[in-house]
Amino acid sequence: MRETLWTLAALISHWRRRPGNLATLVLGLAIATALWSGVQALNAQARNSYDAAATAISGGGARTLVAARGGLFDQELFVRLRRAGVTVSPVLEGAVRIGEKNIRIIGVEPVSLPRRSPIAHMRSRADVLEEFFTGPGRSFAAPQTLRRLDLSEGAQPQTERGQQLPPLAALAEAPPGAIIVDIGVAQRLLDRPGKLSRLVITDEETFDESRLKRTAGDALRLVAPDDDSDLARLTDSFHLNLTAFGFLAFLVGLFIVHAAYGLAFEQRLATLRTLRALGVAAPNLIAAMAFEIGVLTLLAGGAGVLGGHAIAQALLPDVAKSLESLYGAQISDRLALDARWWLSGLAMAGAGAALAAASGMTKALRLPALSFARPMAWRGAHHRYLRRQAALAALALVAAAGAYGFGEGLASGFAIIGLALLAAALILPVGLAGALALGERFARRPLARWFFADGRQEISGLSLALMALLVALATNIGVGGMVEGFRQTFDRWLDARLVAEIYFEAATPADARDIEAWARTQPEIAAILPVWRAKTRIGGWPVDVVGMTPHETYTAHFPLIDAAPDAWTALHAQDAILVSEQLARRLGLAIGATLDIPTSGQDLRARIVGVFPDYGNPKGQLRIDHEKLKRYFDNASGVHYSLRVDPGATARVIENMQQRFGGKIARIVDQAEVKALSTDIFERTFAVTTALNTLTLIVSGVALFASLLTLSDMRRARIAPVWAFGATRRKLAALEMARVVAFAAGAAAFAIPLGLFMTWCLVAIVNVAAFGWRLPFHMFPAQWLAVFLIALGAAFFATLVPVVRLARAAPTDLLRVFSNER
Amino acid sequence: MLRVEGLQKSYPTPQGRIPVLRGVDFTLATGASLALTGESGSGKSTLLHLVGALDDADSGEIVLDGVTLTRLSENARAAMRREKIGVVFQQFNLIPSLTVCENLGFQARLAGRYDPSWQEELTARLGLATLAARYPEELSGGQQQRVAIGRAFAVRPRLLLADEPTGNLDEATGDAVMALALDLVTATGCAFLMATHSERLAGRLQRRVRLEAGLLAAQ
Repeated sequence: MRETLWTLAALISHWRRRPGNLATLVLGLAIATALWSGVQALNAQARNSYDAAATAISGGGARTLVAARGGLFDQELFVRLRRAGVTVSPVLEGAVRIGEKNIRIIGVEPVSLPRRSPIAHMRSRADVLEEFFTGPGRSFAAPQTLRRLDLSEGAQPQTERGQQLPPLAALAEAPPGAIIVDIGVAQRLLDRPGKLSRLVITDEETFDESRLKRTAGDALRLVAPDDDSDLARLTDSFHLNLTAFGFLAFLVGLFIVHAAYGLAFEQRLATLRTLRALGVAAPNLIAAMAFEIGVLTLLAGGAGVLGGHAIAQALLPDVAKSLESLYGAQISDRLALDARWWLSGLAMAGAGAALAAASGMTKALRLPALSFARPMAWRGAHHRYLRRQAALAALALVAAAGAYGFGEGLASGFAIIGLALLAAALILPVGLAGALALGERFARRPLARWFFADGRQEISGLSLALMALLVALATNIGVGGMVEGFRQTFDRWLDARLVAEIYFEAATPADARDIEAWARTQPEIAAILPVWRAKTRIGGWPVDVVGMTPHETYTAHFPLIDAAPDAWTALHAQDAILVSEQLARRLGLAIGATLDIPTSGQDLRARIVGVFPDYGNPKGQLRIDHEKLKRYFDNASGVHYSLRVDPGATARVIENMQQRFGGKIARIVDQAEVKALSTDIFERTFAVTTALNTLTLIVSGVALFASLLTLSDMRRARIAPVWAFGATRRKLAALEMARVVAFAAGAAAFAIPLGLFMTWCLVAIVNVAAFGWRLPFHMFPAQWLAVFLIALGAAFFATLVPVVRLARAAPTDLLRVFSNER
Repeated sequence: MLRVEGLQKSYPTPQGRIPVLRGVDFTLATGASLALTGESGSGKSTLLHLVGALDDADSGEIVLDGVTLTRLSENARAAMRREKIGVVFQQFNLIPSLTVCENLGFQARLAGRYDPSWQEELTARLGLATLAARYPEELSGGQQQRVAIGRAFAVRPRLLLADEPTGNLDEATGDAVMALALDLVTATGCAFLMATHSERLAGRLQRRVRLEAGLLAAQ
């Protein structure tokens, strides 16, 4: 123990003399941990919120009853069912605006709530129950929802329509973004007197389906509990993408740790040998090194997890917004993470540090007590190292080809990207060494020859940082190209898809009929296009069936990726359908194929006459003639419409409709608003990716800076002789900078084809597997130029400090190299 | 105190194993000193490394203080180095991140034999009192070698090994360093084995032997 402690003291004294190196190591590990744990925090937060939302009312695993034709149904039906002994609890849900925020209102009846419901414990508090029913009543919201609304307990906010809520109280079990009120209050707030959204089956054991049929007929239909878990299924790809980027950033961070620890090992090699010579046994040396890494892990990992919390907090609003917009998932905007998250962050830091230190510790274990003072021994094997790198790169490429052959799934896509990045990173030092050897061959002047020869020696010290830079640059080009390509495709697609001027959703099918009848009498409205919807499941996946009427709005504009020559005629005249790209890919469908679609009655066998892009929709969608939709799906929700109006009259028509129909219109928006909303969703979805991308680039810049700083002392030993032979410090400093900038330029040049390959993998494999759509492959040379310049800039700034130090080094500092030579 | 018998050591090369020591025998009593001379590459350092438990012999026996070094495990050899052997290297081998004071007491602390008064005396004898807070890179070669000698004696070794201890120093500095080392050998009563190519330096020890073609030849 004593021996280990004193060994540890000697090892730690290295950091005392070189605090910059220690800071680099800690910073690298902290950044890597922060990026990883930040992403994990976002995922954990989202999943906790899904669970809370799915189980808050039902307690999870409960079936529910909804109106067979969609929309709301009469409360009277519930009363009849209860009287008939059907064990159900009523729920009314809807959205209101409080201030600038959209809030979900959930009306419940606490007395009949399922016992397993997390919010059912309200029942056990008689005072709360009494308040809930009597007087002004009570509203319950999760503490984070109260914070989001900037309200405190007891407040009585007003909705946009001027309805006042009962006094608010905090309830931890309430789902985020929602306020729970008594069902009667909800009916008032949502302007739905006597209406319900669904009935939760409170006791499956006593639930009798035949009794339900006898009492309610076909008015209600049962929804299985696994419909709730669709949210988790649908968002899986989103979270997988986040995890993949988090892991990539973690790996880039580990490059710093590996580089910093590797260089520290090289600097301490003489000390390690001396320790062995003075009688420190190898196991004790390893124990001391392991303890040192453990302390560093606690320090840097702790800082990293805190940083991860900050990153997650900063990115959470964008993630929450994009999950809400894309999937309708409500995510709490206040991080609430458990001990497992903190511990897993530290464990990841420990694993990363152990991985980075493993090679140094293995070498220390095998370190003989002899061969003193050969700190450059590592580099003696440089050629062997390059050969090994090339062989490993070839192996990684073969594995990537194998992964491609294995399949085109998400895992395979990420494996191909990972292996290609690994192969490129491994081959980079070999390529740079080759280029320098070529330069040396053609160089005539002695300083130029030294420049190339010395550069080859410097590669091994800088290789990890340059690899990190290459990976970050390629990721930037790859992801940037994909996002930019998506943006252009998405814009064009939105223009083609959103042709109608007004989109509205009626509160009920009966309301829709009233509005439709009125609209037909309005001269400003050129066409009323019902966009009715029904739900079905094909191949276990939720699919929306959407009706289309024959109209120029579709035939002239609706974008199709592939279509039969008679697509539009066949759609309305025959049993034919258009399918979304996602659905076509998932089910392996092509034009001319037939598909059996579960309907309200017998399956509909329809021919596929077109495939349309449906970006941003996690569900499958198929388009069918409107009349057939009505015929085959008697539960089709007849509430969605789009209107073609004179563009100049859009605002007036919307205003007229709102004044005339009020609560009969659940939602009405114009084309510009839909486009703005869609673009906003897009921007927010990729804001996280872009942020992680930028952070990864910053991390690689730090890696380069850290390596150069660590190497600068060693560089002095190599530069001093050249200075002694007559080269000026200024000239040597300029050469130092030129060399590093040239390395970075080499890495950037290599990153462009690698980034393009990554873009191809993302659009052709990962996006297809994750989202079901394939984007056209675009190239953006301006983006490459920007990344190239960023690489040069990063190299310039990273090398600035060591180079300035060299240029300003006093002759005595350089002479010390000779007096210290061993 | 030290007995070496039939010691053999060879090194592998692409052309086959090259024998360096072909059966070396000698003894060294407590308080005695022996200089080991020979041409460069004659095996002086190899012999010192074997006696210092830094390397494995091919065959033969080394017995130090009744303990057969050649039969010990790696960890037990490390313990012998720590507790019974002081080594002074040509390249000093100080720990660059520790101060002079910390370097001086380092091996003694490792061995659990740190004695503050002895360290103080060593510091004074070696003239290092004003340099105690400095780091090795801030010292001259002679000063660094004095610290290395102090570190070796701080543990009160039974055997002091020195491998070309003045090889990196000028003659005057070398002589001064050697005088200090011999003073401390006398003061502590340890056995002293030194490898050197300097006949002049070898003459200052009680006995000297020459290593030729892997065998010892008395002088």
